[in-house]
Amino acid sequence: MRDVIIIGSGPAGFTAAIYAARANLKPLLIASSVEVGGELMQTTEVENFPGFPEGIMGPDLMDRMQKQAEKFGTEVVYDDVTALDITGEAKRVTTGEGQTFEARSLIYATGSAYRKLGCDRETELSGRGISWCATCDGAFFRNRHVAVVGGGDSAMEEATFLSRFASKVTVIHRRDALRASAAMVERAENDPKIDFRWNSTVVGFEGDQKVTGMILRDTVTGADSQMPIDGVFEAIGSDPRTHLVHGLLDLTEAGTIAVDGRSSRTSVPGVFAAGDVIDPIYKQAATAAGSGVVAALDAQAYLAELDDAATAQIGEADQPDEIERTGEVGNSQDAGDVETANATATQLDPADAAAAHV
Amino acid sequence: MAIEVTDASFDADVLKSDKPVLVDFWASWCGPCRQVGPILEKIADEHAEAITLAKVDVDANPATAQQYGITSIPAMFVFKNGEVVKSFVGAQPKPALERALAEFIG
Repeated sequence: MRDVIIIGSGPAGFTAAIYAARANLKPLLIASSVEVGGELMQTTEVENFPGFPEGIMGPDLMDRMQKQAEKFGTEVVYDDVTALDITGEAKRVTTGEGQTFEARSLIYATGSAYRKLGCDRETELSGRGISWCATCDGAFFRNRHVAVVGGGDSAMEEATFLSRFASKVTVIHRRDALRASAAMVERAENDPKIDFRWNSTVVGFEGDQKVTGMILRDTVTGADSQMPIDGVFEAIGSDPRTHLVHGLLDLTEAGTIAVDGRSSRTSVPGVFAAGDVIDPIYKQAATAAGSGVVAALDAQAYLAELDDAATAQIGEADQPDEIERTGEVGNSQDAGDVETANATATQLDPADAAAAHV
Repeated sequence: MAIEVTDASFDADVLKSDKPVLVDFWASWCGPCRQVGPILEKIADEHAEAITLAKVDVDANPATAQQYGITSIPAMFVFKNGEVVKSFVGAQPKPALERALAEFIG
């Protein structure tokens, strides 16, 4: 059995992999099939990641993180996780292509998914003028009027990027002030192509084959108005990707995976979480990377405890066939866990189990 | 194997093809396009009898991209006897793409 499986290929996942690989844990990182590199793959210049004073392109940064993780022995699988079995001591991960992997510990770093407005006709016009990726689709709106919905850093980045192509960029924000960082706000405000529509939310889209307009609601007066528009880029935040762990791990009120204090320890022993999936507030590449370090170190400590417990038990055992069972008992937190752990252990190859404990 | 199609060759390679053609509109600066490209190639390889994969770089071939009203990439269009019979956008995992293409790849 492996020591550690990491799920997720953003800054948290790859940084956890760098640390775990350097600790000789030979991590397996499941990177997803189409979103390898995570959210930074859709950004352009990253100016706030330490160590890159000239800035670095998001995809380049992720490429470097992956190379660094692989250099120390991380194995990367390009597939999506479809099922998890984490109740026993062996954490089992099943992928879309039907492969199953097992490890003694798991680091969950699946990040977050773009939020959608959820308003009228949004789904049918997605990809027909409604987009979540300015770097992908901005060039199709040369000399057109586009809107960016949102008021945070990513909204400002999208607006500034789109102004290279569009004739006009209107930022639509539900409040009367931006929450983006000062540097991003200043850049957007000084851009002659960018204007702002304050206290407004989008309640619907218009258009047959493609977006031609949208309905805005004034958050102060409640009045609706129509605005002709050629394209709309949504940047209204993101939600943690936790659908695979519902019912398996405790979540917070914010919907993120609950962890113990400043650690990465989830409600299940041996399962650690890192990055945006545990962070409802900061959600930065650098904080995710730091969070990945925490998870790798926590996993390392957890594995060392398992090994110590197993070694101690093996020392007392006379019969070789007791190795497996005593190892399991030594790791269990309480009597309730013992049964589950033993039930799981019977399905393992005894040679693997013994080797992992020595 | 995918064929590279240009504004000049689109008519002969796609519209006049005997086989259904899956056209992948992409660009080098589009991260999701780079991610979905190899998956489309894998699907096309597995169903080479049923479908041809054609890649159109929208930067180099703006006329074709404009003609089909591309505003979001990656955009996947299936052409049969010169007509668009299916279109969808966005990078998706292999099983989702296979479902979207089920009527053409069996």
